[in-house]
Amino acid sequence: MTATTSSRATRTTTRTAVHRLPVLGAPLRRRALVVGALLAAACLALAVVALGTGDYPLTPLQVVQAALDPSAGFARTVVLEWRMPRVLAALAFGAALGASGAVFQSLTRNPLGSPDVIGFSTGAYTGALLVLTVGGVSSAFASATGSATGATGGGAATTAGALAGGLLTALAVYALARVRGAVQGYRLVVVGIAATAVLHAANTYLLLRAQTEVAMAGAVWGAGSLSTTGWGDLTWALGALVVLVPALALLAPALRQLELGDDAASAHGVRVERARLGLVVVGVALVSVVTASSGPIAFVALAAPQVARLLLRGPGLSLVGSALVGALLLVSADQVSQRLLSGVPVGVVTVVGGGAYLLVLLLVRARRTA
Amino acid sequence: MSARLEARGVRLAYEGRVVASDLSLAVPDGSFTVVVGPNACGKSTLLRAFSRLLRPQAGAVVLDGAAIASYRPKEAARRVGLLPQSATAPEGITVGDLVARGRYPHQGLVRQWSAADEVATTDAMLATGVEELRDRLVDDLSGGQRQRVWVAVALAQQTPLLLLDEPTTYLDVSHQVELLDLFADLHEAGTTVVAVLHDLNHAARYATHLVVMKDGAVVTAGAPAQVLTAQLVEDVYGLACVVVPDPVTGTPMVVPRGRESRRPR
Repeated sequence: MTATTSSRATRTTTRTAVHRLPVLGAPLRRRALVVGALLAAACLALAVVALGTGDYPLTPLQVVQAALDPSAGFARTVVLEWRMPRVLAALAFGAALGASGAVFQSLTRNPLGSPDVIGFSTGAYTGALLVLTVGGVSSAFASATGSATGATGGGAATTAGALAGGLLTALAVYALARVRGAVQGYRLVVVGIAATAVLHAANTYLLLRAQTEVAMAGAVWGAGSLSTTGWGDLTWALGALVVLVPALALLAPALRQLELGDDAASAHGVRVERARLGLVVVGVALVSVVTASSGPIAFVALAAPQVARLLLRGPGLSLVGSALVGALLLVSADQVSQRLLSGVPVGVVTVVGGGAYLLVLLLVRARRTA
Repeated sequence: MSARLEARGVRLAYEGRVVASDLSLAVPDGSFTVVVGPNACGKSTLLRAFSRLLRPQAGAVVLDGAAIASYRPKEAARRVGLLPQSATAPEGITVGDLVARGRYPHQGLVRQWSAADEVATTDAMLATGVEELRDRLVDDLSGGQRQRVWVAVALAQQTPLLLLDEPTTYLDVSHQVELLDLFADLHEAGTTVVAVLHDLNHAARYATHLVVMKDGAVVTAGAPAQVLTAQLVEDVYGLACVVVPDPVTGTPMVVPRGRESRRPR
């Protein structure tokens, strides 16, 4: 081809309006870089503020000192032992949810094609509930119910249960949404919403059937909360995320190609089915890890990619941008739940905020199509 | 006549529906091969097999002496490019960014975006005349411009073979001719082009090698002037017509008789 266009190629000028970082071959605009950096800075700033607020208030400077200085005493305990796990969880889980939302919204080509809307988080919750109530993993749960508010998943068994539940739901939804070998985004969303309803019923049934204390813990956990996150649970979840992030990074270029349609992606040398399966597994795993440790936190995965798109204005849905916005959203929502609403589970805050968001989304879409 | 790309006795089927049971076709190197035939004759299916979108149930598509299925997908994508019938541009993507996506088969974990990618992307945009649109959003372009951008995406792949699946569908006639002229330029510059077209007169005008298909089999193939006769069109399409020389190019031109053939004279 170089030869084919040689006559015209002599006019070739290399322009640098677009920055192309040697990362994933992705062209990056200056706007994306600047907004991305601002989002990261905002996450960091909010984290420091969150570490400093509570019954034992600290200034941002004191927080940084406490975190860095081993001889800081009580302030260090407050920051690192009491508050850090929760803030870290909010950041990491928000990022995981945001990235997962971007994966599924890209794959389904639909802003509603988010794991929390199409049943994957609900399915993960079902899986974890099954492990807790039926699977007889009472020891893990006994320790959980023994903790402060008695509402936490955590542990290898529940994580595995959540992962299996999420993956099985994804599999079922994909199988049902498949028409003549192709999955259509809109169909997937409709099937997913139906699956969510069925799984909700199943979850309610499981909770009603369970022993009272298990059911109560399960119900509180089901609202989605970071209040019981300690270093123990968190290490588990962070470990899983550390494995999932590079996997997602490897699959990201293929996801960009899949945005062009299966035919174009395949013509460009993507193994379409394999790439899509990998993306679904990683996307579901991201949601499941979060669900296993904090319960289903809705709407972060739904809203973060679209908010990131509005801010970054790049092509398609940015994984990194969505992760950053997700982290920012969840840290903010958790602060609102802790400070303004006296401990209402963060999942409730995101549901309310997300409901408003969904309404705006539908109104904007309706106006655009009208 | 050598052929880098060829189908050898392929059986092509979609979920049990057999489109072609034993189809063989060689694409002559350096040719502008145009495949024509009535609807459902299997011409687009054949192109899907050539571009690895459909795996033959029997036989093989052979690329440079080896079954195309045996290639690593990116390696095959560096040799055979495709302008697909249905492709979607992500919302908010610029022309330059979209064309850059055609460089995927040349990139890997180690080898990311490079100067060669930048040059290939710009060359592809210059060749298709969309360089000035580089920073425009694809969503804002007209149908003709958008199709040119997709051609540029395929050109950025820098493949010696280029497959075009009904590239002129949905375009008005001036954009059709403009696009076909572009393909003719690419062909003249050395690319082997294989196109599936509906319009027989366009096919006759631009093809150096015309392949006529019916019911999943090749009826005849060769230079348009030799192949395209009134009898053939009658046999393959069931259409009464006269074939006259194209007043501009001298290539065969099909003029349907339509209801005139039934009218007593």
